[in-house]
Amino acid sequence: MSPFFKTKFKFLHMSLELKNVEKKVGIETHIHSTNLKLEKNTINILLGSTLAGKTTLMQIMAGLDKPTAGEIWFNGENVTGKEVQKRNCSMVYQQFINYPNFTVFENIASPLKITGIESGEIKNRVGKVAELLKLSAMLDKKPDELSGGQQQRTALARALVKDSDLILLDEPLANLDFKLREELREELPKLFEDRDCIVVYATTEPLDALMIGGNTATLLEGKVIQYGKTLDVYCKPENLTSAKVFSDPPMNIAEIIKTGDTFKLTDNNVQWKSNIQIKDGKYKIGIRPHNITTYKEGNNSVEINGKVLISELSGSESLIHFTNGNLNWVSLSNGIQQKNIGEDTTLHMNVNEFLYFDQNNRLVNYG
Amino acid sequence: MLMNFYILIKIIDWLIMAKITLKNLSHSYLTKPNSELDWALRGIDIDWKDGGAYALLGPSGCGKTTLLNIISGLLKPTKGKVLFDDKDVTALNPVQRDIAQIFQFPVIYDTMTVYDNLAFPLKNRGLSGTEIDNKVKEIGEMLELASTLNNKASGLTADGKQKISLGRGLVRSDVNVIMFDEPLTVIDPHLKWVLRSKLKELHQKINRTMIYVTHDQIEALTFADQVVVMHEGQIVQTGTPVELFEKPKHTFVGHFIGSPGMNILPCEIKNGQINFEGKILPTNTSLTKSNFNKTQVGIRPEFVNFSSDGIAVKVKRVSDTGRHKVIDTECDSGSIKILASSSTQIPNGSAHITFDKKYTYAYGDNWIIE
Repeated sequence: MSPFFKTKFKFLHMSLELKNVEKKVGIETHIHSTNLKLEKNTINILLGSTLAGKTTLMQIMAGLDKPTAGEIWFNGENVTGKEVQKRNCSMVYQQFINYPNFTVFENIASPLKITGIESGEIKNRVGKVAELLKLSAMLDKKPDELSGGQQQRTALARALVKDSDLILLDEPLANLDFKLREELREELPKLFEDRDCIVVYATTEPLDALMIGGNTATLLEGKVIQYGKTLDVYCKPENLTSAKVFSDPPMNIAEIIKTGDTFKLTDNNVQWKSNIQIKDGKYKIGIRPHNITTYKEGNNSVEINGKVLISELSGSESLIHFTNGNLNWVSLSNGIQQKNIGEDTTLHMNVNEFLYFDQNNRLVNYG
Repeated sequence: MLMNFYILIKIIDWLIMAKITLKNLSHSYLTKPNSELDWALRGIDIDWKDGGAYALLGPSGCGKTTLLNIISGLLKPTKGKVLFDDKDVTALNPVQRDIAQIFQFPVIYDTMTVYDNLAFPLKNRGLSGTEIDNKVKEIGEMLELASTLNNKASGLTADGKQKISLGRGLVRSDVNVIMFDEPLTVIDPHLKWVLRSKLKELHQKINRTMIYVTHDQIEALTFADQVVVMHEGQIVQTGTPVELFEKPKHTFVGHFIGSPGMNILPCEIKNGQINFEGKILPTNTSLTKSNFNKTQVGIRPEFVNFSSDGIAVKVKRVSDTGRHKVIDTECDSGSIKILASSSTQIPNGSAHITFDKKYTYAYGDNWIIE
């Protein structure tokens, strides 16, 4: 087979498909019937809180765990019963897992050694991946001589060194401190850019998904709520659940009544005009914290008054928690906006960014 | 008469506060330190006022725990002095220093009730039954533990237990200073803001000197009026949250505070001007000194803008966070990040950028030149 034909062949078929996959343990359902198709050359984020089913889903994808119903298809082949050793996949966990007695070089090289690749080629490949992950200077060190970030880089390098068809990353940045997480989160998409593989990345943090891009599946209690392009899922959540899963800090949700072009919060007298096309009646409104700010944004904004509960400062932005009516609200502004606890304050809501949900919590319109 | 006397004592009780001074403090865990790297702390000078809210902020290994242990008296410094209200306490042990410390993990007696946990430090100091009762109820009220005072501590959630730890630190009126060592580690991320709010409120109410040690910038900046940023055993800047953001005095502060951190790139300083990528960058600070091993220019991503002329860059990657865009660009000197609003049109491929001169700083050997 010519190399050209081979790549072409791979291109046509590479995908991972879950068909009605279900996982029950005793009487408990860990994964509800799931259909999901992941294409080659994509990064797919599984986004959800702890116990949402991310890890179970990944273990099923890898073949480390078997579904109680449904099938897994890989590259056009039913692999449901196929053992993990016979599949070409790599996994990285939240805990930094390395062989403590091996050097960094030996750790990275370990998956290649068992495949019987000759040592010159091993050296070459390890060198390349080590450079990519900034580990070139540490190759002779043992894992315990490395920082947490470097240990996790080593684990990542091991997953990248063999040409896996499927790379699974289970909260790989969760145990790193804030600055290292920021740095690695930025590098991750670049690492996978030129690879013919499917990447699945599980995380609890919405910002991880937004910074990495790709596709996102929102998960709650063992169910995939929505799957699509990351920014689409974020900007147009199909329902309130998906919107809530994909919002940190939490989305502000309030009841409203619409009459004509006038919209009013039921809880108090904050009201605004909009020519958005929805029927008159009661709705739930979703407002992301960054659409409530200490300054005006957009060409249609409405004021909301509140009593400050606290102003949390992150270094370059400010999260102001406040009460209005019977509700607690969260706002997110650029820069350092110090407010005293108990202070009365006026904030501005960007009407152009509101999400409108019906009484069944389905998105009916936005903007 | 007796009552008045009691009130007077009480007032004095609440007035016991301490200013804390650390003078030229250095510490090494080695018996014969040779190089700079052998020192866990180097040349620390701090002046903390009565009743202030302070934070020690830095990544793991920066020396903040060593410093905390020296202030509390668990560790004797190799060099320098610790003064409370101008009185040298360097040789005193933690008990003699009258300090309350709250740790990462709740330290409570599981078998006791919430009430007895709070009362324990007071009983140990021989306070009368009514005094104890008043104090415990007051603190219980403040921390919203009043309804659970008679419950066993073992049944509480992690944040409930940590509240008791806080209460035990706050209940004593004879402490000079209350120190918090990463107190919110065990708290559910969604509840952290509630306890942050509580802590800040408490500080405003009881006005005691408080020192908060953490690696988390949100924790430090939210709690403290003055934040001490530490890096490799040194203090790199002491300032308000606004100062740390707007004018980092050290490249580490620029990098560590803010997300994404400051862009820091090599430059040349000639005739009091910043030369970067063949251009002169305007700045509001006057650059008098130029004899450094390494000179760099620093600008936060918030203060870089696309323009029709300026520094030539290549746009490498755009991440749209739904809220703003983070743009990676590259020039000959290295990569420059830009933070722009989501509606900003990002040029494809080649572009030009300018720096806001109000926030453009030059650094010599990592320290700001001004």
